Amino acid sequence: MEMFLTYLKVFAIGGLVCMIGQVLINKTQMSSARILVLYMLAGVVLEVTGAFEYMKQFAGSGVTIPIMGFGSNLAKGALEGVKEDGFLGAIAGGMSAVAAGLTTAIVCGFVFGLISKSRSKKI
Amino acid sequence: MIERVEYQDYVSKNQPKSPMVRTLIAAFIVGGIICCIGEGIGDIIKLIFKDMSEKDVATWESCIMIFLGSFFTALGLYDKLGHYAGGGSIIPITGFANSVVSPAMEYNREGVFFGICAKMFVIAGPIIVFGVTASFLVGFIGYFVV
Repeated sequence: MEMFLTYLKVFAIGGLVCMIGQVLINKTQMSSARILVLYMLAGVVLEVTGAFEYMKQFAGSGVTIPIMGFGSNLAKGALEGVKEDGFLGAIAGGMSAVAAGLTTAIVCGFVFGLISKSRSKKI
Repeated sequence: MIERVEYQDYVSKNQPKSPMVRTLIAAFIVGGIICCIGEGIGDIIKLIFKDMSEKDVATWESCIMIFLGSFFTALGLYDKLGHYAGGGSIIPITGFANSVVSPAMEYNREGVFFGICAKMFVIAGPIIVFGVTASFLVGFIGYFVV
């Protein structure tokens, strides 16, 4: 039962986050790159203000799987880097926090780009 | 002769409306399901590797989600999903993976260097630039404030 409740929260919050994005798409005709940048910056701001920690405790993957989680990781990494290595940490911290995800995306992009040809865009 | 404002009213009344409610529901359901899949992957990792730290679980979770997003993009399924789900498939991290893999596949006939490798960052580029710059600013300010 408790597990069901957790997943319900993840579903509701994750869905809500995506729905707000869809409202932006419908109302402003923003391209997907702008939407993604906007959400990522929102994640940075939420992390810096400390709100993201509460949201994460409440909804888990519901807020970390949307691209906000990427932004929050960047900001968190930079702040942790400052604590550990001083100014060098401020430069390196953000990237090293998201390095795993970024590497996966780039390697997957390269490999799948090589082996898979784009199908015709008829959908 | 009709007034300018009247005409604009007339246009906005008669132009095709984007199906607001349908796209919102689709985005909500698909986005929610993708987040639940992520949570499920996290739970499975926690079951298999019991002493893994919370942070490592989250990192693995997003890596696997990125892989799945790329994989289904390569199969051509993710773009079909995106056609119906809109924001629900763009905003999760799988959408980021899709935005990397999709142009890489699209442009692979233009060669490896200027096709795949360059076009890979058509959408992901701004995200990485804005993200890295923002994280540097946060660190820079944090260094002087803390």
